[in-house]
Amino acid sequence: MNPKDLATTALNTWCPGCGNFSILSAMRMVLAQLDDEGYPIENVVLVSGIGCHAKIVDYMNVNSFYSIHGRTIPVATAIKLANPDLKVICFSGDGDSLAEGIDHLIFAAKRNIDLTLILHDNRVYGLTTGQFTPTSPQGFKGKSTPEGAVEHPMNPLELMLVSGASYIARGYSHGIEQLQTLFKEAILHKGFSFVDVLQVCVSYNNLYESYNKWTYVMQGNDASSFEEAQKNIRSWDYNSSEAPIPLGKFYEIDAPRFDQAFAQYLPNLSERDSKIKELLENFI
Amino acid sequence: MDNFSTLIGGIAGDGINEAGITVSRLFSRLGYHIYMHYDYPSLIRGGHNFSLVRASRQKIAAHVDQIDVLIALNQETVEKHKSRLKESSFVIYDADKVKLDDAKQRGCGLAVTSILKEAQAPAVMKNTCIIGGYCKVVGIDWSVLEDVLKKHIPKKLELNLQVARQGYDQAEGFCSIDSRVDKQDQKNLPIITGNQAVSLGLIKAGLGAYVAYPMTPSSSVLDFMAKFGPQFGLKVVHPENEIAVILMAQGFAYAGVKAAVGTSGGGFCLMTEGISLAGMAEMPVVVVMAQRTGPSTGVPTYTAQGDLHFILNAGHGEFPRFVVAPGDAEEAYYWSGVALNLAWKFQVPSFILTDKTVSESQYSFDANLAGELKEQAPLLWDGQGKYSRYFHTDTGVSPLAFPPRKGQVIKADSYTHDQSGITSEDAKITREMSDKRRKKGRSLAEDLDAYETVKVLGDEKSKTALLCWGSNKGVCMEAALKFGLRVIQVLVLSPFPEKKLKDALQGAERLLCIECNSTGQLARLAGFYGIETHDRILKYDGRPFSLEDLESELGRALA
Repeated sequence: MNPKDLATTALNTWCPGCGNFSILSAMRMVLAQLDDEGYPIENVVLVSGIGCHAKIVDYMNVNSFYSIHGRTIPVATAIKLANPDLKVICFSGDGDSLAEGIDHLIFAAKRNIDLTLILHDNRVYGLTTGQFTPTSPQGFKGKSTPEGAVEHPMNPLELMLVSGASYIARGYSHGIEQLQTLFKEAILHKGFSFVDVLQVCVSYNNLYESYNKWTYVMQGNDASSFEEAQKNIRSWDYNSSEAPIPLGKFYEIDAPRFDQAFAQYLPNLSERDSKIKELLENFI
Repeated sequence: MDNFSTLIGGIAGDGINEAGITVSRLFSRLGYHIYMHYDYPSLIRGGHNFSLVRASRQKIAAHVDQIDVLIALNQETVEKHKSRLKESSFVIYDADKVKLDDAKQRGCGLAVTSILKEAQAPAVMKNTCIIGGYCKVVGIDWSVLEDVLKKHIPKKLELNLQVARQGYDQAEGFCSIDSRVDKQDQKNLPIITGNQAVSLGLIKAGLGAYVAYPMTPSSSVLDFMAKFGPQFGLKVVHPENEIAVILMAQGFAYAGVKAAVGTSGGGFCLMTEGISLAGMAEMPVVVVMAQRTGPSTGVPTYTAQGDLHFILNAGHGEFPRFVVAPGDAEEAYYWSGVALNLAWKFQVPSFILTDKTVSESQYSFDANLAGELKEQAPLLWDGQGKYSRYFHTDTGVSPLAFPPRKGQVIKADSYTHDQSGITSEDAKITREMSDKRRKKGRSLAEDLDAYETVKVLGDEKSKTALLCWGSNKGVCMEAALKFGLRVIQVLVLSPFPEKKLKDALQGAERLLCIECNSTGQLARLAGFYGIETHDRILKYDGRPFSLEDLESELGRALA
């Protein structure tokens, strides 16, 4: 399959230079490749929240549910439970999943449900024109924090690790090849996979220079070790702009999944009436 | 004997609800119809709980204040309920714990605590022991009780039978209900709660998933579904909060699984953004909304009809919805199934609006009276050409398809979208999609012409009519019999059955609304359609109307 076949006629309204373009092309390439490799495209369902990130589903000619702010995960969870054959991929933003819908994110990791979440982490609210988010550094001067944000940023990868996510990685929108590798690994991973993408917002938080200087790809790290993953994840706290930022896969383990607990039992519907009668006998 | 009322009271943890159900089953075996009202505070141990079991030759759905027998497991029960006793009433009590002033005239004290101690039986068995005595007092054969215990309390059966028998032997016979009444023509019916009837109706109509976060008085739907659902292939999920609940229901719907959710007012507040999503994305979803006394935490285990306008208007933006308020177990069963069918037929949110009274009261349930309920297939895509999730049709309803469909793309969208499900801000499309949703509302309203959305009960010729909805159906019907009144029960609240209601009102000169809220919410809704209510009889203390409550209010209003 040609990745171009996964385009739609929708007009792309992202700003020129937006980091979302890399995520879009990397994902189209990965899904086209997976289709060639026996994971048919019609079995893929994309779920998005609301924000600049979410427009991605309009730009991909793939099954999708364009959900509401912060709510990708509950929609995706039920789609997976309804039909375990589907590959369900969530696109979410740092405001979307780390503020409005953080409860769902933690629970997805806790359940280790077989979903993938791509976090378009631009560390600013773009569509609402420039407020601080949970991953903005302390002192961030946004429209809602003109004197500088008082709060410390959170480290979403650390949160995912302790919550039970079984695949955790970080990419950067300037590294499209690495994004492809991570996306493919995450989609093929069985369990909850979380990819934090440092996605640059050119209009409200242009960090290209800083990221180009400080990001590096981890080599030879042991992704099966919780302790090592934790150490690597903690090596950058989302606050400092003058510190090395590791990219790549931090963690991947095999763990029991929530979706496995739902047996695909299809009762004989012709027995439904008689079973209801039997059930009512219990109440006589 | 036409009617017989028994109150059993004690502390939470005494098994008062189960004891009430046992008494209900005894009468059901004797051929009576049952209605049981269960009153309990919001705590786990202690407090005061009571079950009020009413047995009648007629089908009933209301309780009475005056009782024939009081079963007291503690002193508080006697103090709280002695005003309910008639001259002919009896009191059965634990003589080891309870003192009764007029024991000689009406008392039957059993040494319950001593019997249990001697038998080395756990404290929870005291209600079995006292019900043993109760059977003797009211003249129910030992074999009937034995049968009920064998079937429903198989755990430690021998011990239960032993303490029940000792209670039975120790008691004196005071009265005798005629155990042969109607025995031949009245079936021994199942006794279920409104919530159980809702669950069964949904299952009957093809429910595939139930998602809920526990909240009184809806929690027992979740418990029932989790326990009995899997044998019907049901997927039951209890997620992190109500926001997840309503979104999960739509994930299921998108993938073709018929889902329902359940909650009460506070939980439903969290669901409203999801209801708007269902309106825009056209996701069929059923919400079981069991009202309780609000606002906010309110009086959690008590009843109210305070959320009608909330449910009618919940969610931002304009979109059609189906709202039904069943008034007893048969209606709860039938209309819950219809709610599921209609949600899928018209791809709209569908509400089953109950209250604590309908949800948690026990009813004799006769499926044959409920009406024929079948699973209806939704409008499915015929597989021709290119699929468009929001394809325009005459009815406004677009054919459904679920992933995976080879060569097709299925796109649901919370934004205003074009027919293919791609986001649009175009003025023409915005208007057309709004028209599409209204068209679905009209189609839904036309479809409902075939249903009895308004019921006329009581004396249909009477010039005075009672207007009611939901749980007040039962009490209105009985009170209307006494006063010779017409009763108009509005079952479907949205789309509002204006014409059927106006037809039902023909010849009525005086209209009284009977509601469990402080403002007359149905009266207000009817007023919007030019229907004037002349009097309002409102109860908003968390307790349902007893028959006496309503009769005395009517006596005043009609005087």
